[in-house]
Amino acid sequence: MILFRLSRRWHTALLAMLTFLTSFSAHADYTLNMTKGVTTISRDIYGLHMLVMWVCFIVGIIVFAVMAYSITKHRKSKGAVSATFHESTTVEIIWTLVPLAVLIAIAVPATATLLDLEDTSKSDVSIQVTGIQWKWRYKYLGEDVEFISSLSDNNRQAVSDSTPHSADHYLRDVDKPIVVPINKKIEFLFTSDDVIHAWWVPELAVKQDTVPGFINTSWAYIEKPGVYRGQCAELCGKDHGFMPIVVNAVSQPEYEKWLVAMKAEQAAVAASSDKEWTMDDLMEKGKAVYASNCSACHQPTGLGLPGVFPALANSPVAKGDISGHIDIVLNGKAGTSMSAFKGQLSDVDIAAVITYERNSFGNSVGDSVQPSTIKNLR
Amino acid sequence: MTTATTHEEEHHDHGPASGLMRWVTTTNHKDIGTLYLWLSFTMLLLGGAMAMVIRAELFQPGLQLVDPQFFNSMTTMHGLIMVFGAIMPAFVGLANWLIPMMIGAPDMALPRMNNWSFWILPFAFTMLASTLFMEGGAPAFGWTFYAPLSTTFAPESTDFFIFAVHMMGISSVMGAINVIATILNMRAPGMTFMKMPLFVWTWLITAYLLIAVMPVLAGAVTMMLTDRHFGTSFFDAAGGGDPVMFQHVFWFFGHPEVYIMILPAFGIISAIIPTFARKQLFGYSSMVYATASIAILSFMVWAHHMFTVGMPVAGELYFMYATVLISVPTGVKIFNWISTMWRGSMTFETPMLFALGFVVMFTIGGFSGLMLGVAPVDTQYHDTYFVVAHFHYVLVTGALYSIIAAYYYWVPKWTGNMYNEKLGKIHFWWSTIAVNVLFFPQHFLGLAGMPRRIPDYSVQFAEFNMISSLGGFAFGLAQIFFLYIVIKTIKGGEKATGIVWEGATGLEFEKLPSPAPYHSFSTAPEVK
Repeated sequence: MILFRLSRRWHTALLAMLTFLTSFSAHADYTLNMTKGVTTISRDIYGLHMLVMWVCFIVGIIVFAVMAYSITKHRKSKGAVSATFHESTTVEIIWTLVPLAVLIAIAVPATATLLDLEDTSKSDVSIQVTGIQWKWRYKYLGEDVEFISSLSDNNRQAVSDSTPHSADHYLRDVDKPIVVPINKKIEFLFTSDDVIHAWWVPELAVKQDTVPGFINTSWAYIEKPGVYRGQCAELCGKDHGFMPIVVNAVSQPEYEKWLVAMKAEQAAVAASSDKEWTMDDLMEKGKAVYASNCSACHQPTGLGLPGVFPALANSPVAKGDISGHIDIVLNGKAGTSMSAFKGQLSDVDIAAVITYERNSFGNSVGDSVQPSTIKNLR
Repeated sequence: MTTATTHEEEHHDHGPASGLMRWVTTTNHKDIGTLYLWLSFTMLLLGGAMAMVIRAELFQPGLQLVDPQFFNSMTTMHGLIMVFGAIMPAFVGLANWLIPMMIGAPDMALPRMNNWSFWILPFAFTMLASTLFMEGGAPAFGWTFYAPLSTTFAPESTDFFIFAVHMMGISSVMGAINVIATILNMRAPGMTFMKMPLFVWTWLITAYLLIAVMPVLAGAVTMMLTDRHFGTSFFDAAGGGDPVMFQHVFWFFGHPEVYIMILPAFGIISAIIPTFARKQLFGYSSMVYATASIAILSFMVWAHHMFTVGMPVAGELYFMYATVLISVPTGVKIFNWISTMWRGSMTFETPMLFALGFVVMFTIGGFSGLMLGVAPVDTQYHDTYFVVAHFHYVLVTGALYSIIAAYYYWVPKWTGNMYNEKLGKIHFWWSTIAVNVLFFPQHFLGLAGMPRRIPDYSVQFAEFNMISSLGGFAFGLAQIFFLYIVIKTIKGGEKATGIVWEGATGLEFEKLPSPAPYHSFSTAPEVK
């Protein structure tokens, strides 16, 4: 009896919760289920997900219905007298074998999908994806196109202002998206420069860990042009939540146009290494490079986080001999989070950020370094 | 010698020494059980406070309360404290209290080691918690502490974490040895293996799991230590090591650990449901075999935590098949409990409510576990809130619910006082509504694409995070209310009878008064 009365209370609570839920729907864009995605494999995975979920629903409904019936009928307050049976080999064999059969029925399509998922042969485009705390480097194999992609500037601003609604695609927007052709088999090769990350774009059904020193592979065959967003899925340190992924899937001609433009841009960047830069230009460029590459650890103030990330303000490296400063930025520091930036930044970026660090946060060494010097040191 | 014996006989039921030293020097299984349970409750509240920080930060998008590094410390410490500080010691506390009474023994087999295995823990957890106040912050690499984030890239406090884990491991292994020695040697005449209560059976199997895997964990953290300080490269590819090997070693410990936290729960539920259904447990021997097969399978499925790490396809296939196979013996248990209820004569006191809540919500966690086990689909589920929802259903509404059920079921035997039934029922309904508001929406978040362990999220996840946080606060408060019930019951209440529950069976209810005497059975009872 008391249970019945309480269950009515439970009912009221459930109603209240539903009202609460529906009140959101006016402005909400939440979803309840997994995305079907836009690749051949993502559809298979979605289908498998629905199959297993329905199996769970049906088994659940049966099990809970039997339980609910028993709870309502077989209660002492209704004068139920307990039976004495306590085993039945037949029944026990049945409820061992039936679930086993259901599992086999699930395992057959699951095996087929898994084999398909792991088959990266015969790809048309190969892209190497490197996880770096906390950004991604993309290298188009055989195309001489390589760039870093990280959280977009307006997103960064929204994070530091704590105004998530001010930026479009908050935490899911990057400065440079990767561009891929539709209707081609794209192979991804994953690795990492530091810790383990995981590259995940739900619409592509690609989630693969990037392991330092090892290469993992996965693939996608995108059937629909569009912009697909994801983010890092393996805890990789402080800014794990702030390393998004944006994939721009376009037609083959558009993809080729993009490749040409990227190559031209990279050539321009390389050419700028040979130019003589003024102190002011280096400082201005350096400030921007610092904000997107260094400030996550060393902090916008240059004060670092005591015990985790050292301060640059007043640091022996930033105020000492410039060759030591260049060395640590180019090659990193083994055994610490300080990564080698020679693979991440251009000559100009490195020259600019070093110059900036030596003349900011109260440091006033006054010297600077030219991109051409960095180029020669590589 | 003669006088000593006479002395004991004269004061057969002499109680404990008084004062603080009673608790420091005690070798009594009941005292030590109590210590374990209070430690566990303290850790539950501490780990719970960290969960509140996490849910408060996630209440809405944007960084409001804590910085990302501290947020990572919170998720890490919350996990470690709940697993090693709340759930495991609670089960050891229950084992201490109950196993001697259930098998008709006077005490545990190794009482001094018992004292030691408890008293290591407060020091281990003080050491672990002290990292929160160290420069560089507490460990922030997740409770799974994957290398190289936990080696090369970790804060200096990690060394304290490593030694704390070593101490917890030593404590667990000693506790397990004690349980095995007690069960194998100290059963009353006539108590054959197949007459032991299921709680004893599940703990016996759990103890073997502990002895098998805690050294593996110790090995993992030792390799971390030498990688950090002594120039080895177990987990560093640059030196010829392999970061993925860390995950294999960790989960070879980690997966049996999952069952360490759930098998004793199966034993508790198998004691409570028959009592309140007033009907014998259905399929006792199949319960024993199911427990043993789950324990054996638990050693063979570890890499299902690693489907996205880059494994050979044959490995993925094997681990997928082995994993989904576990649902068969687990299903047998669920079916057996429902058959026990079937045509029983049920009443719904608080322990029964928590036990039924366990059966329903553990099953929900089992379903999501089955889904996660299907390797290709795990590509989408892995490391999302779907996983968070899954393991909180099995650990909170599973393991924790069974512990709370055990508390309500046996506390009249421990204290001699009945808890207040009305308050107990309020505790159940309050917790159950709150915990579902807390964790059920997390399934949706995971399916929609929200990764776990992030301090801030995209705005499309805002609604369900807010609901989840509200549920979290309500669930946290419900456990403060539980603390009130616990204290109130210790202080007084309606006096419990010896049998306590109309349908109760077992030596602790049939042969001992309430409260149970300080030394349980000085003369072994006869078991027919």
